[in-house]
Amino acid sequence: MNGEAFLLSLRLAAMVSLLLLAFALPLAYVLAFFRWPGKFLVESVVALPLVLPPTVLGFYALVAMGPRGPLGKFWQALFGHSLAFTFAGLVIASLVYSLPFAVQPLVASFEAMDRRLLDASAVLGAGRARTFFRVILPLAWPGVLTSLVLSFAHTLGEFGVVLMVGGNLPGITRTVSIDIYDHVQALDYASANRTSLFLMLVCFVILSIVYAVNRRVWSPWPVE
Amino acid sequence: MSWAMLTVRIHKEFAGSGDTPFVLAVTASFAPGFTILFGPSGAGKSALLDCIAGLQRPDTGEIRFGKEAFFDASRRVNVSPQRRGLAYVFQSLALFPHLSVVENIRYGLVKLGVAEQRKRIERVATAFHIANLLDRRPAELSGGEKQRVALARALATGPRILLLDEPLTGLDASLRRSILEDLRLWHVAEPIPILYVTHNREEVDAIGERVLTLANGRVLESGSPRAVLDAPRSLPLAQAAGFENVLPARVVEHRAEDGVMRIALENATRNIEIPLGAAEPGSKVRVAIRAGDILLATEAPHFLSARNLLPGTIESIERRGALVQVRVKAGANFLVHVTPGAARSLELATGQLVWLVIKTHSCHLVY
Repeated sequence: MNGEAFLLSLRLAAMVSLLLLAFALPLAYVLAFFRWPGKFLVESVVALPLVLPPTVLGFYALVAMGPRGPLGKFWQALFGHSLAFTFAGLVIASLVYSLPFAVQPLVASFEAMDRRLLDASAVLGAGRARTFFRVILPLAWPGVLTSLVLSFAHTLGEFGVVLMVGGNLPGITRTVSIDIYDHVQALDYASANRTSLFLMLVCFVILSIVYAVNRRVWSPWPVE
Repeated sequence: MSWAMLTVRIHKEFAGSGDTPFVLAVTASFAPGFTILFGPSGAGKSALLDCIAGLQRPDTGEIRFGKEAFFDASRRVNVSPQRRGLAYVFQSLALFPHLSVVENIRYGLVKLGVAEQRKRIERVATAFHIANLLDRRPAELSGGEKQRVALARALATGPRILLLDEPLTGLDASLRRSILEDLRLWHVAEPIPILYVTHNREEVDAIGERVLTLANGRVLESGSPRAVLDAPRSLPLAQAAGFENVLPARVVEHRAEDGVMRIALENATRNIEIPLGAAEPGSKVRVAIRAGDILLATEAPHFLSARNLLPGTIESIERRGALVQVRVKAGANFLVHVTPGAARSLELATGQLVWLVIKTHSCHLVY
């Protein structure tokens, strides 16, 4: 099994899920608690990666990151090298790819929250920020965990986007799913099987932990 | 120290689920002391409290506390709930489930110093008998304990106004009484306006100094509980106030010299007398009579002061806790409440002929 590819995938997934959480929390907050014109457009954009083939996402990511793309030019000016076929490029494309998996569990858990708790917080003198950190976040933490884990696992398993924007550079963009693909291409089914099995096991363990933990949390909404 | 009045004059349209929007249009003022908000569900009681708390924004009008404007549409004033200095106990109580009792109470006190926090927590914990529950989570509390904690959390903040939305629903009578007593003792020390929403007649009698009745988003009446609830003048109010019998009728004649008028109940064979009201002969009205205000006789009674005797037959008899509900068809259908002992000694049975005895002043004209 290719340890290097596996570590790279883990690094990518960890980075993407943490970055996504930071971005998804405020986004889910405004989607769940506010009504504004054009909200449905934002919701559609967030859900788009769910239905688009990864190759479409990968294609536009590649174009944007290329030396003539807006993102590529910006990156070139900033860092002096191109963005496509780098680890950073992979992270950026994966952020888009896994966005719905990070946002939707958060929106769901925010929307399920008893609004009277937020009213109570306001009447007790707490502003928006304190209500968010002292009431919403602690009560929505199963949603936060789900968001983290789903975007982690989804990034771990991505293939099409990586293939498009990452290429196949060992230690830089060659993730575990590409590695498996390479094994199959080389008719090395034994290696493909070992890696696949291991990846499946890791994902299974992660999800099991989430469900086990979620079952034991106190009920976030008032039980009558 | 002088205490300020809360005055409300607001109008707000809610986009409801039906075709016509629900309109809340209330003008009222609340002095220090208990004011009961009474009315059928959907009357707008919670919406009114939400507007006063600043959780809902009225379309027009104003809400003032003394000289201070909480809301003034014409001057674009709308003070946030955080800055109104009031407390609100919701029907669902809305205790924070992830915080212990003491953390729930402290939540509203963060702007105070530690010593002051401790003093306030100790005071409310003693007043509402929750000192032994401080480390528990809300899920580990009984219904009555939760209600005590919710009141304690609200009052610890030292509110200038207290809004209570059916805070004691679902508790048994003795528990309710003891919590009400604690609340009343607190109020003696801190005489602020308390707006208390309830459907429960017993709570009204226990604490009500004033009652404001609401239906369909409007104030119907206000006054003492006796004046308002024992002689309801509108159908929704009569139903909400627990008048079991609200019967359609027609005014037959006025007898002004006796202070009564005769009315014909729909389908009834005999006319009855009710107190003289502002309804012309021939007009259609409704008469509200409490099931407990009707006497049952198994023979035609003589020598009675009660003016209204109606013969009928028993349709059904149903034991309901400490009372027996008897359904009598006497032209119209009547509900009558008697005690189980009375039902036994009269040997009441379905199909039996009985006489309904109703005092004139137990009949209330409802428009």
